[in-house]
Amino acid sequence: MITVDYQNQKDTRSGFGVGILEAGKENANVVALCADLVGSLKLEAFIKEFPDRFFQTGIAEANMMGIAAGLTIGGKIPFACTFANFATGRVYDQIRQSIAYSNKNVKIAASHAGVTLGEDGATHQILEDIGLMQMLPNMVVINPCDYNQTKAATIAAAEYTGPVYLRFGRPKWPIFTPADQKFEIGKAVKMQDGNDVTIFATGHLMLKAIEAAVILKEKNYSVELINIHTIKPLDTETVLQSVRKTKCVVTAEEHQILGGMGSAIANALAQHYPAPIEFVGVHGTFGESGTAEQLLTKYGMSTQHVVDAALKVIARKNS
Amino acid sequence: MADITQLKKICSQVRRDIVREVHGCQSGHPGGSLGCTEYFVALYFEIMQHDKNFNMDATGEDVFFLSNGHISPVWYSVLARSGYFPAKELATFRKIDSRLQGHPATAEHLPGIRIASGSLGQGLSVAIGAALTKKLNGEKNLVYSLHGDGEMDEGQIWEAAMFAAHHKVDNLISTIDYNGQQIDGPTYKVMHLGDLKAKWLAFGWEVIELKEGNDIEQVIATIKHAQSFVGKGKPIMIMMHTVMGKGVDFMEGTHEWHGIAPSNEQKDKALAQLEETLGDY
Repeated sequence: MITVDYQNQKDTRSGFGVGILEAGKENANVVALCADLVGSLKLEAFIKEFPDRFFQTGIAEANMMGIAAGLTIGGKIPFACTFANFATGRVYDQIRQSIAYSNKNVKIAASHAGVTLGEDGATHQILEDIGLMQMLPNMVVINPCDYNQTKAATIAAAEYTGPVYLRFGRPKWPIFTPADQKFEIGKAVKMQDGNDVTIFATGHLMLKAIEAAVILKEKNYSVELINIHTIKPLDTETVLQSVRKTKCVVTAEEHQILGGMGSAIANALAQHYPAPIEFVGVHGTFGESGTAEQLLTKYGMSTQHVVDAALKVIARKNS
Repeated sequence: MADITQLKKICSQVRRDIVREVHGCQSGHPGGSLGCTEYFVALYFEIMQHDKNFNMDATGEDVFFLSNGHISPVWYSVLARSGYFPAKELATFRKIDSRLQGHPATAEHLPGIRIASGSLGQGLSVAIGAALTKKLNGEKNLVYSLHGDGEMDEGQIWEAAMFAAHHKVDNLISTIDYNGQQIDGPTYKVMHLGDLKAKWLAFGWEVIELKEGNDIEQVIATIKHAQSFVGKGKPIMIMMHTVMGKGVDFMEGTHEWHGIAPSNEQKDKALAQLEETLGDY
């Protein structure tokens, strides 16, 4: 049984803030840049501790990405920090040429991903960033699921050599991964064994998958729950091992279903072990203003949507 | 002071290399390459403290970034002629399996290249980042960057301009190849640059004009003058007036030779104007 702490919720971006501070203490080469969103990215503690290792770029994300690439020449490990929308779509060519193609040791720290940023609406709710980033050669794509995992992922990203896209979010969110869990880039985490269906989830939607598994258990279905914190490189071995057992799949992510984690898993399964699959995510629309929970429900990413997808895919398997 | 006669000889050979590189694969950008020959030769043979035994981190040496990556033929020639890789490799320019990509890249590990460029407007930001790292590491070495004047159309250049002044990046000497030409025509017709010097001054840079960017003595003297502003709180910009296509009479002063290759006959006509001084590759 997975323990979910609904009482002491924390935002994943705060996990990032604590993680980069710790990474900075560990390694003097860790530096940070931010495009006028220091408070939102929870960088205050890092800046207070290391004022000379922080660069305010103003509202100029393209420049920030280029400077980050340049900082690596001579050994710095820059974290370029802004909202996920401005950290990807706005600066795709800068990332492509100066970071990914040039294979620079830049960490793109992207907060406020997905619809759960809420009221700001669709201009800020990027749902295409995982797709954009995972298509780039050399780029590692990580989408941690709670505060603890985001902190651990941030530290792991600093220790890894090469470009990393680290995606996290705005809302306070229940915590369900252990504070001391080791974060291994590219290694999926099996959170629960099961036989009837595998639910692969990433980011905030991991919570919805856990809640769905409880409901499905009451209906006598045994769910295997796997957290895909690293979308690229995908842990194909763990994915295949699980699906060979359960023979059907649900993917859950706060992202377009086209190009996200679900697409990556479907791609792997299509090549190695075709199996019925249902996708929980956004089906080709933009978001809108609202609360996080309202938006997750309206756009097909609630706990009930995960339950329904699981029942549907189990029925497909058995038909 | 360098032996100017010798540097001029190198320039002549570099120009031959440019023409032959572009002719060899029937593609590439001869115009800007020929126009910036003196600048590159000055940097690599006189100005910069650099190590042909390439290390990506550039610790303890000056660093150069080419932002207008399409003038790769001149950079490749100068890197080869200063010992980074064998000159015969210039024959592989833009051909399959080559380290000499159409635009500079790190993926093939060509010694001397530290970032990919080609998509314009990005190199100033990269140079600023490298300059910040030099400061953080307590290094006195300098960072140089070169930009096209057409590249000034890109918004990112001006983002970088603001940043460098605000953060007092005064260990960076950037240069604009001010030849007044871009792909679609003269810059004043395509996108008027206005008073470019006033713009950089207004952005808080130290601005130095180099009237004769194809006079190697003036190029060296101007960059050395620019060095006297290092450490004084402002980033430094040299506005280097050059003639596009310089050295080959039928290529001079026109955007027509921005990105096309000479025919066999044109190549011979061009090489007849350029003395072979160091031996063709």
